[in-house]
Amino acid sequence: MSTHSTHRPSALRELIRRPYFWGVIAIALLLLINSIKDPGYLAVSYNSASGNLVGNLIDILRAAAPIAMISVGMCLVIATAGIDLSVGSVMAVAGAVAMEFLASAGGSPTAALGALGLALLLGAALGAVNAVLVSVVGLQPFISTLVLMLAGRGLAKVITGGQNTAASNDTFRWLANGYVFGIPVVFLLAVAIVILVGLLVRRSALGLMIEAIGMDPRAARLAGVNRRGLLFAVYIASGTLAAVAGVFASASVMTVDVSNTGYQLEMDAILAVVIGGTSLAGGKFNITGAAIGALLIATLDKTVVFLGISSSATPAFKAIVIIALCLLQSERIRAMFRARRSRPSDISSDTPKEAVAA
Amino acid sequence: MPTSPIVEMKDISISFPGVKALDRVNFRLFPGEVHALMGENGAGKSTLIKALTGVYTIDEGTVIVSGRSRRLGGTADAQAAGISTVYQEVNLCTNLSIGENVMLGYEVRGPFGINWAATHRRASQMLQKVGLGALNPRLPLSSLSIALQQLVAISRATVTDSKVLILDEPTSSLDANEVEDLFRVIRALRDEGVAILFVSHFLDQIYEISDRLTVLRNGVFQGEFMTTEIEQSELISTMVGKEVGALDSLERASARRDVDRGTPVYEARGISRKGSLEPTDATFHAGEVLGIAGLLGSGRTELARLVYGADKLESGTVRLRGAEANISSPSQALEARIAYASENRRDEGIIRDLSVRENLILAVQAERGWARPLPAQEKTALVEKYMTALNVRPADPDRPIRNLSGGNQQKVLLGRWLATQPEVLILDEPTRGIDVGAKTEIMEQVIALAEDGVAIVFISSELDEVVRLSDRIMVMKDRRKLAELVVDETVTSDSIITTIADESAPEQPGSTQTAGTGAGS
Repeated sequence: MSTHSTHRPSALRELIRRPYFWGVIAIALLLLINSIKDPGYLAVSYNSASGNLVGNLIDILRAAAPIAMISVGMCLVIATAGIDLSVGSVMAVAGAVAMEFLASAGGSPTAALGALGLALLLGAALGAVNAVLVSVVGLQPFISTLVLMLAGRGLAKVITGGQNTAASNDTFRWLANGYVFGIPVVFLLAVAIVILVGLLVRRSALGLMIEAIGMDPRAARLAGVNRRGLLFAVYIASGTLAAVAGVFASASVMTVDVSNTGYQLEMDAILAVVIGGTSLAGGKFNITGAAIGALLIATLDKTVVFLGISSSATPAFKAIVIIALCLLQSERIRAMFRARRSRPSDISSDTPKEAVAA
Repeated sequence: MPTSPIVEMKDISISFPGVKALDRVNFRLFPGEVHALMGENGAGKSTLIKALTGVYTIDEGTVIVSGRSRRLGGTADAQAAGISTVYQEVNLCTNLSIGENVMLGYEVRGPFGINWAATHRRASQMLQKVGLGALNPRLPLSSLSIALQQLVAISRATVTDSKVLILDEPTSSLDANEVEDLFRVIRALRDEGVAILFVSHFLDQIYEISDRLTVLRNGVFQGEFMTTEIEQSELISTMVGKEVGALDSLERASARRDVDRGTPVYEARGISRKGSLEPTDATFHAGEVLGIAGLLGSGRTELARLVYGADKLESGTVRLRGAEANISSPSQALEARIAYASENRRDEGIIRDLSVRENLILAVQAERGWARPLPAQEKTALVEKYMTALNVRPADPDRPIRNLSGGNQQKVLLGRWLATQPEVLILDEPTRGIDVGAKTEIMEQVIALAEDGVAIVFISSELDEVVRLSDRIMVMKDRRKLAELVVDETVTSDSIITTIADESAPEQPGSTQTAGTGAGS
């Protein structure tokens, strides 16, 4: 048995080796840049009238919450060597059904609960549709979820009759805009989801099983791992979490915008997962990393606005930051740097021998 | 026959981490002959082919092609040297047309780029040579059967003007007529002076088509023979070999114990699956080692996979401890206390990126379900128990399993199956590609398990191992059971080889002998 004391001195090194280390550095750098432009950027003040904390950091946390929620689901799906492109559309569907329900059921807390329940149920059902296509029909995850990505917005429009339905319900509005102990409810909920799912997969054997089918489906099957059941679990989780995010996205303005709610958020979620150190090839995954990735993307979005970068250049700026991050994480790039440092002249000799692969 | 070989490989050695895949192997190939490369799985056939086609770089030895010593750094070098390969799984582009596939890289060019009309005409001429002149070269390749695609691949090899053609198990998915067509083409090419290297595990085909053969076993050169001068039984015994060293310490099973021949733990009647197993009966008794002897492709692995539910049964009935049962997935098999260690350790056994610990507990955990994780203490105890009992080295459960040697990986996998406490344990080639020490340890474990009352099914190409360990032996060939022998002094690896070789005469339905198993011993 190894002794635990040997780990302590290398705590810093351990942190550096964490896959999401560079994500944390990037967040710090962006915040630093913002503070240089405005030294008061990081200030968080206490609004004595409402009892809430206000400031740029709080805004970032609030913006990161829905991305973090869908990133957690996406992370599980990607670990099985799949992908879920439908989360953005599922958000719109969930928002649509919640708003329609509230518009007719009124402003009572019970109605809010009903709307939430209905949205989650629908999200889970749409996740199950993805799971059927992937695990029973055997379609590629990319195609299966692309279908729902395209069909989902149509479904949302059918639910609202093509309108951007608005409703009013105080409980519902509180979910998205309210505060507990001065901190936004959405953010607390996102943190709770990250911790809950993280504990669930690591304390149970779910994480090991998911990694096993993501790394080597044939070997996992022969070891008796039930791939189909696990695929249902992750796609349903992804759909449900997308529904939660969709409810918050629509509750913050109490309107569902069927064409824009959750638009392209699947891309943000995929990026967050990758930044968090989970390979798109499946296998080892990292939920904390995905949450940090979501935080980075929210920080990036806010920074772009804060620095006044013209909206036409925004996507390019985002792309540059993310490419730089991915390059830093890439094993090959790191190996190239290491090789260059140790022997600058000899490049041609290291033709790799294809050994174990075949 | 011409005197100088077109390919000569001398003292070729290739090592992979933990395994010596080829150990000073010699091989030569003459123009105008069909040369069969023989050996069981893991003997080094594919490695040798990949060394010749430049996929692997060799550690030691020389390759001489057309009288010049060559360093083959890649498949392009091999092609430039005039060596073409047609793999078992056809490696053509199914979404291109037949003609495009044949002429890929050798398109006829005109002043305005590729002249497709001329390219397809030329493709037709080349296809003519393999008897496919009637095909429209503009059809997509995917419209052809595998057999015809195989011929297209050979036709492509003639375009590149190859002097050496390597055919790696070309007949494995063809029926008898298609094999005849293929052989016709092979003979025609041979008569034009092309040297053909042919790999197949169907002995009858080897005797029909080849002029000369080289036998490998465990990466070691066993000899080169003229096909007409070697008896089938001698060939088989050269291939399966006799590794005595590892077995000396083990007594013969028959001298060891009595087996309870009451209600069998597992009993299958007429189980079959099209293309992998003819209807076959199988009975496993508690405390008995049942050996399955047979060459690659005999149906031994296919039988094991059907029993385990890894492949679905198409007919037949299964009884577990006397009660009718239906096993259609590995998880159901594990629940029924049946475990199967695949022969394909790399792709179907270990999960490379998981740790030794995770690999070891995977099956137990899968059986418990994700919601009931093994408690940490129990996990540690389990891992420690099997790592000690099986002597896994290095004894570090947190190390990724890919860093272990083949023998130690195999021990971890054995631990994985033992941890599920199986009543039927099927071991498919558990001793392949591992060193002698690990081999002995694994076989001792097998004996100990049988003594504890586990029904063991032991599949191995090493016939001596099978004879030593087994109480009863099922002999298989051509996807069906030939015979079932209760092991006594008269059963030896030679007598089994004779059984397999004698059966090669076509279709003698009456000759299948089945020893009674119901009577008490």
